[in-house]
This record gives sequence, C-alpha cells and structure tokens, in this order.
Amino acid sequence: MTALGYTQAAAPTRQVAGLSVSAWRRIGLGAALALALIVPFWASSYHTFQFTLVVVYAIALMGLNLLTGYNGQISLGHGAFYAIGAYVTAVLVQKAGVPYWATVPVAGLVCLGAGFLFGLPALRLEGLYLALATFALALVTPQILKFKNFATWTGGVQGILMDKPDAPWGLPLDSDQWLYFFCLALALPLFWAARNLVASRTGRAMVAIRDHPVAAATMGVSTALTKSLTFGVSAFYTGIAGSLGGIVVGFVAPDSFSILLSLSFLVGVVVGGLASIWGALFGALFVVFVPNYADQISDLLGERAKALPWAIYGVLLIAFMYLMPTGVVGMLRTAAARLVEGAGRGRSLGKPGA
Amino acid sequence: MISRRRLLQTTAASAAALATRSLRAWAANAPGVTDKEIKIGQTMPYSGPASSYGAIGKAELAYFKKVNDEGGISGRMINLLSLDDGYSPPKTVEQIRRLVEQDGVAFIFQSLGTPSNSAIQKYLNDRKVPQLFVATGATKWNDPKRFPWTMGWQPNYQTEAHIYAKYLLADKPDAKIGILYQNDDYGKDYVIGLKDGLGDKAKTMIVKEESYETSDPTIDSQIVSLQSSGADTFLNATTPKFAAQAIRKSYDIGWKSLHFLNNVSISVGSVLTPAGLEKSAGVITADYRKDPTDPRWKDDAGYKQWLEFMKKYMPDADLADNDHPYGMMAAMTLVQVLKQCGNDLSRENIMKEAANLHDLEMPMLLPGIKINTSADNFAPIKQMQLQRFNGKSWELFGEVLSG
Amino acid sequence: MTALLHQIFSGLATGGIYASVALALVLIYQATHLVNFAQGEMAMFATYIAWALVQAGLPYWPAFLLTLAIAFAGGVVIERVIIRPFDKAPVLASVCVFIGLLSIFNSLAGFIFTYTIKSFPSPFAEKAWYGTRFMSPHEVGEIAVTLAMLVLVYAFFRFTPLGLAMRAAAQNPVSSRLVGIRVGWMLALGWGLAAAAGAVAGMMAAPIVYLEPNMMGGILLYGFAGALLGGIDNPWGAVLGGFIVGVLENLAGGYVVGPDLKLTAALIIIVGVLVVRPSGLFGYRIVTRV
Repeated sequence: MTALGYTQAAAPTRQVAGLSVSAWRRIGLGAALALALIVPFWASSYHTFQFTLVVVYAIALMGLNLLTGYNGQISLGHGAFYAIGAYVTAVLVQKAGVPYWATVPVAGLVCLGAGFLFGLPALRLEGLYLALATFALALVTPQILKFKNFATWTGGVQGILMDKPDAPWGLPLDSDQWLYFFCLALALPLFWAARNLVASRTGRAMVAIRDHPVAAATMGVSTALTKSLTFGVSAFYTGIAGSLGGIVVGFVAPDSFSILLSLSFLVGVVVGGLASIWGALFGALFVVFVPNYADQISDLLGERAKALPWAIYGVLLIAFMYLMPTGVVGMLRTAAARLVEGAGRGRSLGKPGA
Repeated sequence: MISRRRLLQTTAASAAALATRSLRAWAANAPGVTDKEIKIGQTMPYSGPASSYGAIGKAELAYFKKVNDEGGISGRMINLLSLDDGYSPPKTVEQIRRLVEQDGVAFIFQSLGTPSNSAIQKYLNDRKVPQLFVATGATKWNDPKRFPWTMGWQPNYQTEAHIYAKYLLADKPDAKIGILYQNDDYGKDYVIGLKDGLGDKAKTMIVKEESYETSDPTIDSQIVSLQSSGADTFLNATTPKFAAQAIRKSYDIGWKSLHFLNNVSISVGSVLTPAGLEKSAGVITADYRKDPTDPRWKDDAGYKQWLEFMKKYMPDADLADNDHPYGMMAAMTLVQVLKQCGNDLSRENIMKEAANLHDLEMPMLLPGIKINTSADNFAPIKQMQLQRFNGKSWELFGEVLSG
Repeated sequence: MTALLHQIFSGLATGGIYASVALALVLIYQATHLVNFAQGEMAMFATYIAWALVQAGLPYWPAFLLTLAIAFAGGVVIERVIIRPFDKAPVLASVCVFIGLLSIFNSLAGFIFTYTIKSFPSPFAEKAWYGTRFMSPHEVGEIAVTLAMLVLVYAFFRFTPLGLAMRAAAQNPVSSRLVGIRVGWMLALGWGLAAAAGAVAGMMAAPIVYLEPNMMGGILLYGFAGALLGGIDNPWGAVLGGFIVGVLENLAGGYVVGPDLKLTAALIIIVGVLVVRPSGLFGYRIVTRV
C-alpha cells in the first residue's frame, strides 16, 4: 500500500469497453474495409469517381509518408514521380498498345529506379537543401514533359488522351465501379506491404535514421543504402498512384502536374498524420474533399467571391493544423491513449484505502 | 440600335424557319431544363496560373443576371454554375462530372483552357452533352464530324497567325522574324500558325524562337536574345503581363522591330498603358473586338451599351479588362441560341441551333465582323481586322479578313 | 560580345530582385530556423498596400515608409497569433501553416485587387544619369537598395545587441531565456523585419515585373534557390547566391540549352552545386556529434 492510499493494481490489460486495443483495431479495419466495398454500390458514379481518386491519392501519400514520415527526408517534389507514373502508362497505352493494367507495375518500377537514382545524390542534402532539390524536381518535370524533342512520345503540351477501361470478363460493373475496385485491389496489398516494411528491421532502420542518423550509423545501419532505397520505394508507390490516376482521369498533360500537386501531397501527409499508415487515407480524404467544401463555403459569400475558396482553404488548413498538429492519426492516437488510460485508471482506483 | 434590330430580325427569321420545318419527333428537354430555369455549367480558372481569365466567368454570370432580370428566356431563368478548376485538367474532369452527373446541367458553356477542354471532350461527346463555345483559341474545336457536340467561339490563334503571315509575305517578304511565345498550347499554336502561313519561307524568315514559362519572373533575357539574333520583325505571343514587359524592354534596349502583338494582350488600359503608350506605338495586331479602353469608341453605340451593362451589373469591376466584353458577347451568343430553340430545349436541338447562327452582330465586335455557324462550320467567329497602335488608340487598316 | 554582356547585366538586374527576397528568407531563417514559404505572397500583398496608398494620393516615399511599417506590424501580428501556437508542433505542421498563409494572401489579393496587371511607380527617374542601354535606372537603383539592405541586415545581426539576442533566441531558445532574452518577442521581431524586407523586395520588383497576384511565385523560387546556394545562414552568401542565380538563369537560357529548358538547366546546376557543397557556397558547415 502506498502512502497515497490506493492499491497499485497489476498492470492493466488495456481494455476499453471489454475488448483489447488490438481487437478494437481489427474491428475498425474490418468496418473500414466493408464500407470501402459497398461504396460504389450506393454512391453515384460521380462520387465513386471521387472515392477512386481518394484511393489513388492514398497510395501516393503512403509513398510520401514512407519517405518523409518514417525516414525524415522531406520531399516537395513527389508530384514529379506521380507525373512520371502517369506518363509511363499513357505512353505505353497510346503509343505501344499495352493493356492498361500491365502498365501499372511498369510505371512503378520506372519510378522505383528514378527515385533511387534521385535519392543517391540527395544523400548529401539535408532538410531545407533537400527540400529545394525536390522542389526543383517538381518544377523541372513539367518542363521536360513539354519539351518539343520528346513531343512525339509525350504529346508535348497537348498531352495524351486515354480511353476509360470497361469492366473485363463481362462483370456487371460500370466503368467507374470497375476502376474503383481495380484501384482498391491494388491499394490493399500495397498498404499491407508498407505496414510490414515499417514493422521490419528495415523499417526500424528508417526510423532510426530519421531520429538519430549518427547513432544509427554507429549501430551498423547502412545509412546511404537505406535512405536511397526508401526514396526508391516511396517513388514506387507514388508512381503506381500516378499510373492509376492517369487511367482514372483518362488524360495526362504537363499542366496536371504543377508544383501545387506536390504541395498538396505534403499537406495531405501532414494532415493525415506523419509516420502512420492510416494517415494516408485521412490525408487523401482531405486533399480530395476539402477544396470542394471550401468552394461551397465561399458560394455562401456570394458570386464576387469566386477566387476566395483558396483563402478559405488556407484558413481551414491552418485551423486543422491548430487542432491536430500531429495529424488526424496523431489526434486519434492521443484520444485512444486517453481512453485506455482512463479505463485503466478507473480499474486501479477501485479500492481507496484498502 | 443596329445590333438589337438585327438580333430581332434573326430571331424572327429563325422562328419562321422553325415553324416551316417539318415536324419531327419532339425530343425531351435536356436535364436541368424546367419551366422555370435552364441550368448550365462551366469550369473557369478562378485560381492558379491562369486566374486572370476568371473575369470571363464573372462577366457571364453578370450578363445572365441581366437577362434574368429582364424576364429570362421565355420565362426561364438561366442558372450558370461556374466552378473553379485551377487550370488543372484532373480537377476539370472532376468538376465537369459533378456538373453533368450530380448537378444535372443541360450543357457545358464556355469552359476555359485547351488542356481542360481536351480532358473532357470525349466524355461530353460520348454522353451527348453539348460542349458549347469553349473559351480557348485552339484550332481543334472546329471538328463537327468527329466531335459533333463540341463548338468553339473565338477566332483561333492559328487563324490570327495566318493573317500576320499573309501580311508579311505581301508587305515584307525579306523580314527576319523573332518569336516570343508562352511554352504551352496557346503560345505554340501561334508558332505553328505562323510557320503554316509562311509555308516554305518559314525556315528562312524565322531566325529565332524564344519561349518562357508563366513562372518566369521576367522575359528580359529572351528579348535580349531576340535582339541579338538580328530579327527585325517580332511575333509577340504572350499573355498581358509578359506582353507589357516585352514591349517595354524592347523599347528600352533600343530594339526596333515590326511588332505583331497577339490579340489576347492588346488592351490599351491593362497592357499598353503599363508598358508605356509611347513605347507601344507602331504595334500591330489582328483583332475581332473593340478594346473598351480605346478612346475611339467613346461615342460608339455598342460601347455605350456595354458600359451601361458594366455599370449596372459589375460596378466594381476593372473596366480596362477586355475579358469582360468577351464574356458578355459569349453569353449573348448563347442567349441567341436559346431563343432560337424556342420551346424545344433538348440537347440535340440546342446543338442544332448553335450551328444555325447567321450574321449575328454583337455590340463589342468590330464593325463588319459577324458570327456565323453551320453544320460543317463550328467556328462562330472567323474574321479579324488588322489594326495599328498610334500611341493613343488602335487604328484599323485594311479590310476585314478571314484567316 | 555585347549580347553576352547584355545577358549578364540583365541577369544581375533580376538577380538583384532574387537577392532581396533571399535576404528576407535569411532574416526569417536566422530568427526562427524556418523558411517561410508565404514570404513571397506577403511581399506581394504589402506591395498592393503600397499601390493602394499611392492611388489614394500619397507621394512615393511616404507610401513606401508607411508600407514598411504596416508590413512590419503585420509580420509581428502573424507570428504572435498564427505561428506562435505551432512552437511545439512538428516542423512540417508549420510548413503546412505557411502553405495555408500563402493561399490566403494570394486569394485575398486577387479578390480585392483583381488580376489585371498594374504599374507600380519607381522612385528612380526614368531617364536618370546612371541608366544605360543595358540596365534601366530602376534596375541600377534596385541593386543599390538590395546591397544597402544587405549591409543594414549584416550590421544589425553582427553589431547590435538586439541582433545578437535574436540570433541567440533562434539557436538556443532555452539558454536564451535563462539569460533573460524575451524569446517570444525576438521571434515576432524577426518576422516583422522579414516582412518589411519582403515588402521592399516586392516594391523594387513590381516596376519591373508588374504588379499582379501571382507576381512573386517565380521570384520566391529563385530567391529560395539563391539563398540556399549561397548558404541560408549567411546574408552575404544569400545575396551573392541571388545574383548568381539571376545571371545563371539568363546564361543557361541564352547559351547552354535554349529557352525551352532554361528552368531545368538552372535548377540542375544549382542542385549540382549543393550536392558538391551541401551547406551552400558560403554556408556554415554543421558538424554533429553523437
């Protein structure tokens, strides 16, 4: 018995409302998955299209999160990998007649190589300087895509149009529903792989490099290899997202991949929650839907306020950051921890003075 | 007033034509059309690099408000849903799908931007939704065989460049031409058009091509390059900010050239005055509109009509911006089409009447320039006239030309 | 040969603008160890305020000084009200806040002042004696102003107690507090000074590039590149970096790759230099110990 008078109970088994934390996690996952599967059936075509974009951006944000959240390398240029992935798909489909689904892994692999190659010289750069280098990448890519000597392949400034694929094997799905499931079917294993990567030795090495690079190096972590690999894998994810995005939208042009895209990726990762797998999903929801809400809010202010949606977006973004500086997942984790702690303390406070 | 009478005349003629046409199966009205309203949609770059063109959307909203205040189209109010796409094609696709599938608009009117419209062209044609009067000067919108639901409005950039080419071949066949163009479809269209118009002589006449990105702060370096290439003729295919810089810098470094300015950037108030009126003297352009800041139109009836509209419906707007007359006239063209449709507001009929405009005049079109469409001509405005800036206003010369 | 000289002078002129923006970025970095991505839009907004004052009838120099004061006050207020709560948050959260500020200023400027370009007056006479064919009087004047600002900023940080206090507050807030420095106010002051410097940069740039809401986007990019090229913690380096970027941009377009790939070439060269010298040409090398 302590002086304060309450029994120090055995370490609580961390239960909330009768179930362990990991059980709650599994329930949450199951519910989310079930929801994701019914979406294309109760939502309209247009909304299904939007949710498909959410899935696509979630894959892209997953890639960026691996690099920036888990490995601490800031990137303002992931729009470039997204663009490369989209163009690989477009060129292969339109100029070489490759079926769209076969181009996705190719796009991923091309970006894996590109990311790794970019990561090598970037090893020397830290923080702001890396930010500038990636920023430069994001700016340079559209210019290269527009370059007239490549125009026979890339379509130059006009871009490349693609046909929207229909459901194969005579499935009773329309084009939008099929694309949604196609993207979801790719997203699930990718997320699972990311989760495993993060929990593995390599994942711990990544985090170690982020938190204490010198200590990690002394512990035998090959900093250079890990950082470059992370760049490559991150680009792989974003490249696949770009490829899917190109198929879903049906059109690629240099104008689609401005620096604003890279900035929205960064915003998405931070809003969703750095260094978290679920953060990618929340971030994607933010990136796709919040500009539309800002639009609707500004409509209430009348017609003169046509450009104001972005000011409102800025205000919403700052408010979001103020309320959840560690992102949605960060906030959920804090809330969950408090719940568990509260439940735990509730039990141990059971017998004062005993 | 000439134009209003003409409008009534054409309306009467079309109504008569409709009446005498043999009755065919009466198609159902388009979605978005009720007894009380006609709902239409568009995307405009209200944000992003092309945000200055947002003024067009605002002018159209204001004009439809005027039409509604005056009773609408046979009692139906026009409801234009104008959404921002930030000049980004994926966003355009999303917004257009929302307009067509969620908001259920009758058709898409004056969406702005070549890449934006390219992205949605197939979608709209597949669904048989009219993509009317696209707000871009690209050449590809006049293709009724492949894309029967897409129609342009303004004279395209290549047509304009052809006019410059013809002028040069006739008046200055030994010109050494330097081109400054924006590195996107708009700028490149001018280059293609000029080369096309010059034919075989393009290779010898064009001595330097310089491009720039909209993110470039200045184009001073390009102007210096053009001067040092020995060019004595200058094709300036740039947007207002860069056009003003180009005019001023050319003057400041003492580069004297025959200067052709594209008609996107000819506003006396918002381009030539910041550049310097004396510095702009001698610049030539081919245009189809009256410049609202040009003092020569002060007493013109069409100009006064436009001014009245601006004062009442857009009192805070910048009168120097020639996007406003553009928007107003595009809106007026649509009103004419809708009036011609009478009570059959199906998508097929709207498209049919859009291809049935004859000698339509507008208050801010240059005298002699009229709107004409037909089943195989989906380019409503094809005529332009050359004009030269004399330090105070634009002086027309030559006749009205078709590119 | 004259063409080359001309390109170099033209590059120096634009480089001067980049240098003044780079200086504003260095100011904010030295005060807060963060780079404010909204610096460009804030500068643009301040320039619009100056424009509005001039339109209202104020002569140039009073408008200039009043704008500096407003920008300074604005910077302080923004720091205290918006940025302060993110003291303890991860760095990237602050970056998102900057992106938010960027959107707000850009949008507001477009809403209030529309998107048509506006002329902005120059304090340097059109036909002054120091103008040449290569460089207009304003371009010469603007370089002079940038260099004067550089000297002021350097002197401030190096020789005044307040400057020392600001640098201390940024480098080691905990120890600074122990010594009695009001760290919070130092940060606010840093923001105010950076906002004022940005306003100067905007007012010097506007007569050349014309005033419109998207005016500072490209300039901020090159200013950022210049600041990092020269070393973000060294005002001299940053200014030199700005000039180098200006000249490099012009020469790359004129002689290396042609204008279609000008931006690409310039950026590749800059990043290349950084890879070789990761703290910038004149930056301080950080050596970490475990």
